[in-house]
Amino acid sequence: MSLIITYIIVALGLFAFAGAFTLFGVYAERKVAAFIQDRLGPTEVGKFGSLQTIADMLKLIQKEFITPAAADKVLFIMAPCIIFVAVYLGFAAMPWGPGLVPVSLNIGLFYVFAIISIETLGILMAGWGSNNKYSLLGAMRSVSQIISYEIPAGFAIIAVVMIAQTLDLQQIAVQQGILSTVTTKFLGYWDVSHVGGILSWNIFRAPHLIIAFAIYFIASLAEANRAPFDIPEAESELVAGFHTEYTGMGFAFVFLAEYAMMFLVSMVAVMLFLGAWNTPFPNFASFKLANYTTGLAWGIIWVTLKTLLLVFAQMWIRWTLPRFRIDQLMNLCWKVLTPLAFLCMLISGVWRLLLM
Amino acid sequence: MIKGVLNGLTTAAKGLSLTFKHLFASNKQRVVESVKSDNYFEQQNAKGTNTIQYPLQELPVPEVGRYQLDVEIDDCIVCDLCAKICPVDCITIDSIKATELIGLTSDGSPKRIHAATFDIDMAKCMYCGLCTVVCPTECIVMTNTYDKSVQELDLLTYKFSDMSEELAHEKRQVLEAQQAEKQAAKLAAMKKKEDGE
Repeated sequence: MSLIITYIIVALGLFAFAGAFTLFGVYAERKVAAFIQDRLGPTEVGKFGSLQTIADMLKLIQKEFITPAAADKVLFIMAPCIIFVAVYLGFAAMPWGPGLVPVSLNIGLFYVFAIISIETLGILMAGWGSNNKYSLLGAMRSVSQIISYEIPAGFAIIAVVMIAQTLDLQQIAVQQGILSTVTTKFLGYWDVSHVGGILSWNIFRAPHLIIAFAIYFIASLAEANRAPFDIPEAESELVAGFHTEYTGMGFAFVFLAEYAMMFLVSMVAVMLFLGAWNTPFPNFASFKLANYTTGLAWGIIWVTLKTLLLVFAQMWIRWTLPRFRIDQLMNLCWKVLTPLAFLCMLISGVWRLLLM
Repeated sequence: MIKGVLNGLTTAAKGLSLTFKHLFASNKQRVVESVKSDNYFEQQNAKGTNTIQYPLQELPVPEVGRYQLDVEIDDCIVCDLCAKICPVDCITIDSIKATELIGLTSDGSPKRIHAATFDIDMAKCMYCGLCTVVCPTECIVMTNTYDKSVQELDLLTYKFSDMSEELAHEKRQVLEAQQAEKQAAKLAAMKKKEDGE
């Protein structure tokens, strides 16, 4: 009984976190966009406009949920729920600190990747259910894009998994710091198991993992439908893409899912490449910085900071690079990223056999 | 192929570094200066945000700006020229002839007509400024006020007449009495003429 209550509390906590992050994320996005474009962004509601997103949310809640007369009602209503739930379930397997993980799964990474893919289904349902040409075009673009980009992302991840030899996200995290039970080598020759810090992060475990990280990061932008890969909701061509017809809470859920997805893909990147909840400070000589800054509270702080840094990078890229055309998008995926990711996977295998 | 990829990466890096620089240039806010100031056009090259926070900061406009219409009713001789020339008929004037000279305008023109109503509907006005051109006493002018947002459409009809209803009524009656008197005198004169023949 108490176990069920714990599960419910954890689930509600994650939901609250997704909501809170969306509020913060929208505000941050607007401010980053404004500053990059030499504007000021929201300034009126609260100090520096900090309550702007809360006001926006209150407005969205009050709005009517309109279902178009020609829409497929079941699909139309279910789609935002499926989109959000798919992303939300992904958070279940993400570790937040040493020993702190909502669900400890030995196939955690596989689970996260599988569950994120369900979002595609929700997007297709939204596009088809809206019975609107723009929505359908957006949904089809989104599906083709997400499915394509899962391939380089998947191979980049396999490159890490081959080095780490586990799919459990918590174990992958442990390996990248001073709590590691296996020997971690910096670029394959210097044993940094007791030094920790930035030196033992996965991107420095083997040089090709830096490339794998870049591939994963680019692919994750596409999977989260973020610019420069935002052709599914290209404002200038498709109104708002697959969520054109949504109002009120339906739209709020799509929005929530988009920002939760940004955080989730960044968090996966942090888990696999950037040391998860491990500190960036190494131990050196008598300064045991890594020992001081490792722990439960520190873990939560580090994982949040690193993920927010990646989320910032996503926003930064969005307000810098123009949108890809669909053929350029597919070119990049199939002719550049996929072969590179294959190469990374191959090097990982050789690395594992020869150097570890 | 490889060249294209490298080119893409370097140009992306260039763009990203540019936007990153702008991200941290934002602590400087725009200084609001008149177009007359010497470095007005150099502001576009200045670092920092470019937003003018309108109700708090205002871009200075020339004193001789041609925005809202304003009437100095004491100088108006109610010649009705402005109402006649207005292409959109936004000026409504209701005049009452005075029985005697009312006074002089500031440029010395005699005033012989009362303006019972002098309304300008700014919602219709197209800011052509023709009324200011034809006005013989230059009592209708355009001012440098441009922010005139109102809560109700009625408030956009500016009423310039300073005559009260009662006063207008009184003046009308005085005029009627005088005209009746004149008519009577005329009739009397005609009768006299007829009788004289």
